[in-house]
Amino acid sequence: MTTPPSDQRPVRGDRSPWNWLLLVPIVIPLIPALYNADEPRLFGFPLFYWLQLAFIILGVSATTIVYQTGKRRDRR
Amino acid sequence: MSGHVTEIVVFAVLFLVVSGMGFVAARWRRPDNLASLDEWGLGGRKFGSWVTWFLVGGDLYTAYTFVAVPALLFGAGATGFFALPYTIVTYPLVFLLLVRLWSVAHVHGMVTPADFVRARFGSPTLALLIAITGLVATMPYIALQLVGIEAVLKTMGVTGDLPLIIAFAILAAYTYQSGLRAPALIAFVKDSLIYLVILVAVFYIPTRLGGWSSIFDAAQAKFAATPAPGDGTLLNPNNQLQYVTLALGSAMALFLYPHSVTGVLAARNRGVIKRNMSALPAYSLLLGLIALLGYMAIAAGIKPITANGKADVNTIVPQLFDKMFPDWFAGVTYAAIGIGALVPAAIMSIAAANLFTRNIYKEYIKRDATDAQEAAVSKIASLVVKVGAVLVILLIDPQFSIDLQLIGGVIILQTLPSVALGLYTRWFHRGGLIAGWVAGMAAGMLMLYSISNPATKHAHFGGSAYPLANLGLDTKMTVYAGFLALLVNVLVAVGGTLIARAANLADGPDATKPSEYYADEGDPRVHEVELTGSH
Repeated sequence: MTTPPSDQRPVRGDRSPWNWLLLVPIVIPLIPALYNADEPRLFGFPLFYWLQLAFIILGVSATTIVYQTGKRRDRR
Repeated sequence: MSGHVTEIVVFAVLFLVVSGMGFVAARWRRPDNLASLDEWGLGGRKFGSWVTWFLVGGDLYTAYTFVAVPALLFGAGATGFFALPYTIVTYPLVFLLLVRLWSVAHVHGMVTPADFVRARFGSPTLALLIAITGLVATMPYIALQLVGIEAVLKTMGVTGDLPLIIAFAILAAYTYQSGLRAPALIAFVKDSLIYLVILVAVFYIPTRLGGWSSIFDAAQAKFAATPAPGDGTLLNPNNQLQYVTLALGSAMALFLYPHSVTGVLAARNRGVIKRNMSALPAYSLLLGLIALLGYMAIAAGIKPITANGKADVNTIVPQLFDKMFPDWFAGVTYAAIGIGALVPAAIMSIAAANLFTRNIYKEYIKRDATDAQEAAVSKIASLVVKVGAVLVILLIDPQFSIDLQLIGGVIILQTLPSVALGLYTRWFHRGGLIAGWVAGMAAGMLMLYSISNPATKHAHFGGSAYPLANLGLDTKMTVYAGFLALLVNVLVAVGGTLIARAANLADGPDATKPSEYYADEGDPRVHEVELTGSH
């Protein structure tokens, strides 16, 4: 079999300060003190339920930003 | 049974249409030759963003989830809602990890997590342990999918084992023929149906029950009336730590399951995976809303179907649909749950079959197996796995599968140091990792064994909430047993590694190179590296 080409290309890597943003949606949903209450209600949902549902937006935003900034870096 | 004819007809028609799609899937993006694991087991490694979204979504959010999570809220309230933070936390957690795994797997032609461990740490023993862990954790998960179908059949008044056996036989046949292409194609139908059903349910059912406020109030009233201290629509001081550790532990475990890895490795490039980490949370929204069906069932006064003196709480969601919807739409909802069981069951059996083929058959039985032989063995193994799952459900109490699945989450977590940490660092010694695995397994089993559950009359394996009082702490707080077991595992792995280094024990060779963790589609190295080169 052909020998694999040696590692001459520069290692591009995935490192970026933006990656730290991923910590936000990991840590926030794991702090019950933020949402373990009934009031205020939203559309009849206790805080416990609507706020945790709203945390989905945190996750989507963080992963989207990290992906988009990474893509721009790759093009450069 | 007579009252459910419309439901049964709608269910059967949709089920058959989907089964037909499963067989046709073999022709979808037809390769020259299906006889390799890359094609049969990973769909050619060419799935784009949309297919991956449906496939992984259909894979992770299973029929059992749709039935069991609302049942948890129905029974205990807020603690069951851990499933939501769990699926929010998991994607940012694995974002960077999964692209590394994808890249290195692409360069080396890896198919399973154990393949990676084998190449990374040069230890067949460690790879075997990882493979066996994956097999043991996946098997009861497949069996649980049957519990989802069973709950629907029970509600339609269909009794006996034959319908279940027929459903699984059809599933086995088209998975055998089409491989991963079958669940990928069916997932479109499954997820569209589920989205339709849930959107209708969350907008329509509350109008019948006096709005969301009264639904939550009804749940509150129910839990206030029960003597159990742990239930309620909010958490109490004693179960918050359990809630958080269970969510985090489950999030860490999710992408260690072989079937999740199968879905990820089938993606076309790194971008597909990254985009999906942002898009998959759409399913989390769905899951959060589905969970609340449990409270709707309370407000609607649903009682679980009782058989042989035991109440089957998994029947509350199908029953809620039966009571709230016209017959034809109830049939559609049942089909959504039933088909929802087929997609994950197919992917799980493929993942389990690949583990057997790559890490047991090829490693220990026939080292020079060709691609075609690997595919043939995997196809047969996928049949064996499904027959096993059916037998477990029919011959043993389904409760046994539920217990096993609980154990499965704890044991799959014990592969985290080798697989997830291994993707980042080679610091660990293979001996330390093996010792950590053994210690974590033992600790996990001991803890689960000691947990009793008076509500289900279980003296052992009664749940995953481990009382900290058992460790001599003066508190009523509980913690997720898998989380503690993982801590033990990591500590022993670190200690073992230090000892191994001090004793100058030989390290296994690392077949991977740092730059391979960034390789993307079209990388010249991808097809030039011979698969066996990593062994």
